Amino acid sequence: MEPVTSINTKPQMRIGVYVCHCGSNIAQTVNCPKVSETASRLEDVFISKDIAYACSEPGQQEIRQDIQEHGLERIVVASCSPRLHEPTFRQMMQSAGLNPYLLEMANLREQCSWVHLNEPDAATQKAEDLVKMAVSRARLLQPLKEEKLPLTKRTLVIGGGIAGIQTSLDLADNGYDVVLVEKNASIGGTMAQLDKTFPTMDCSI
Amino acid sequence: MTDVGRHPRIKLYTLSEIVDVKGYVGNFDIKILKKARYVSEEECTACGDCAVACPVVRPDEFNLGLSSRKAIFTPFPQAVPSAYVLNVNECLGHNPVVCAKCLEACEKGCINFHMSDDEIKERVGSIIVATGLEPYDPTELDEYGYTRFENVLTSLEFERLVNAGGPTKGKLIRPTDRRLPKSVGFIQCVGSRSARKGSKYCSNTCCMNTIKSTLVLKEHYPDIDIKVFYIDIRAFGKGFEDLFMRSRRLGVHYLRGLPGNVEELPDHSMRVAVENTVTGRLEFFDLEMLVLAIGMKPAKSTRRLQEMLGLQLSPDGFFLEAHPKLQPVDAASRGIFYAGCAESPKDIKESVTQASAAAVRAIRLMHKGEIYTEPITSEIDPEKCNACGKCVEICPYNAITKGIRKKTPCVVNTAACAGCGTCAAECPYDAIVMNHFTDDQINNQIDSMFEESSQEKILVFACNWCSYAGADYAGVSRLQYPSNVRIIRTMCSGRVDEKFIFNGFLNGAPVVLVSGCHMGDCHYIDANRWTEKRVKKIRKKMEKLEIRPERLQLEWISAAEGSRFAEIMGRMEKLRQSVSIQEISETIEILKNQGKMTQN
Repeated sequence: MEPVTSINTKPQMRIGVYVCHCGSNIAQTVNCPKVSETASRLEDVFISKDIAYACSEPGQQEIRQDIQEHGLERIVVASCSPRLHEPTFRQMMQSAGLNPYLLEMANLREQCSWVHLNEPDAATQKAEDLVKMAVSRARLLQPLKEEKLPLTKRTLVIGGGIAGIQTSLDLADNGYDVVLVEKNASIGGTMAQLDKTFPTMDCSI
Repeated sequence: MTDVGRHPRIKLYTLSEIVDVKGYVGNFDIKILKKARYVSEEECTACGDCAVACPVVRPDEFNLGLSSRKAIFTPFPQAVPSAYVLNVNECLGHNPVVCAKCLEACEKGCINFHMSDDEIKERVGSIIVATGLEPYDPTELDEYGYTRFENVLTSLEFERLVNAGGPTKGKLIRPTDRRLPKSVGFIQCVGSRSARKGSKYCSNTCCMNTIKSTLVLKEHYPDIDIKVFYIDIRAFGKGFEDLFMRSRRLGVHYLRGLPGNVEELPDHSMRVAVENTVTGRLEFFDLEMLVLAIGMKPAKSTRRLQEMLGLQLSPDGFFLEAHPKLQPVDAASRGIFYAGCAESPKDIKESVTQASAAAVRAIRLMHKGEIYTEPITSEIDPEKCNACGKCVEICPYNAITKGIRKKTPCVVNTAACAGCGTCAAECPYDAIVMNHFTDDQINNQIDSMFEESSQEKILVFACNWCSYAGADYAGVSRLQYPSNVRIIRTMCSGRVDEKFIFNGFLNGAPVVLVSGCHMGDCHYIDANRWTEKRVKKIRKKMEKLEIRPERLQLEWISAAEGSRFAEIMGRMEKLRQSVSIQEISETIEILKNQGKMTQN
């Protein structure tokens, strides 16, 4: 089936909505073209599309192009959890010249298709709702600017076992100062108590 | 280890622990308590004269009590720093009448009884948590008789016994009669993979550690009879299967089934009763020594550090990573990383791999020498601010300051603000705007979710770090729950304003759930205390208004509690079904009237 693209010609604000199939992760439960079509009728939605993989390079490229071509002002990506790909899409927005905080995501995978696997109709309805909620929020998003602060180039390592030792040496050898804190009188941890260690059968210290 | 002691860029504090952490990614202020060693680290050459003179004899912790040490001692010969350490609780004291023998013995004068604990302050840009593990204590598994029979050892005690640097110089002996045992049995999964005692998880290293031990034994004592009792042998790593095959070729007998009972025979050997699950028969074996392959538990300091750093734990008690596949060494809090067994049980290779990964993740963050802060911070509208100072009291980060003069508006220090939004939810004058999670933005979401079939929907507020992540985890685990749930994400449950909840009910919400991190797990120190207080307050208000207070629920759901999230959604749906359309419309009427009253 051809992806559905709807263009609304008279919105006050130009919002772009992208409904991701995530291969079949979302699309096997949620009717993505229908969600996209419903979204296109929402106020201020200028363009609404369903898209195979929003996070893939072609997917991002498509959104980037739309932003530039149509002067989109807000983006709603309805895909996976923002905890996973919010940074990805924020970067994409930035490269398209849009403030990254003008992005809103609707979580159609972790919080819809995957948890309502056997209820395609209900899941599609929920997806429509989630997109509607995201669009209504997106409408009010404001551009935000990140503040640059000085950073201390030192690392605190808590624990002087094999992991603490290795990470401290890696950091220090790369030119970073390390503060290594060990609760016992010597570093070495549990590793130092072992005799031979697998798979090389050599001694631990 | 010696490289660490020598490295000009590594400052090593031993006998030390972290007592306080303030600040945020890029600039953490750390307070370290360094306990007195009573021996100068710089001066001591580890000659050992002091220990020879010391009259106090104590069990040696490093050898797990299998040998002894003095009250002034070196933990082990290769210790870093090499300086001796004096246990002041065991020492007889520096009064020459009582003792002070070490003081006399030390020609260089390195010992100083007047040394005191030091509090040290350090500023760092990133933190790597490498707190390791706690070996499982098999005392509770009484059927193996660890505390009753002397010839039953833990695998760690066994390590010390066969170690050339150990109490017997590497000669294997039975504790009871100090002779080489003719037969040794290993019991696997002691404290691991058990729903009954110990832990449910696999400790990851015990199978290979036992295989290694059998190879060491067979190398030194080819005629020794070795039996290994196991559930499965997990030899999954590179080169591991080879070692397992070698062990079997050398005649080590692997027997599937864990012993149900261990008895001591008159000669201090053990009679092991085991159901061989291959043959289905109960079998008995007499073994001269028994080794319990103990699992790993989270380090004792885990809980304290977790609270101090605002981290999360997995259900098994180890530190929870930001993402199990894609960010396996990152904590959810920016600038904090995990290495080694702090995150989960690991062998040395995996610990080293993760440690290097953590170092690179820290470098990736720090190499520019500057850091971009998230602009998701609060702002105070000076026009609306009444300078009441409520927000100053609330802010877990002390990021808000009151004006010096009376009635000058409060100000947010955006560099210190972490963005929980609790101040915005509590401000009695609506003077605080929480950027990116404004009142209007959230109310818009609520309005649009209830546009259709409002009586069927469940409104859930979930905090980004725990509950929303818990909902994600339910998704990743494909746990099914009612499809009428609609989640609104806030950074912290502390952001959930009373207005949002009443707006939900005004829009026809049958039920509302506020969810956040468990107490003590809050990503914003303790902002969720305010959530709890607020929900109580709102419920009282609901009661006064004659709205059933149960319709507002509060739950703590962690990032690892996907199943709990799904279960709670089921409960919310049951609760929703108890709310009739009539009850909903009555609530709407009540709130509308209430609104009119406050407007007048």
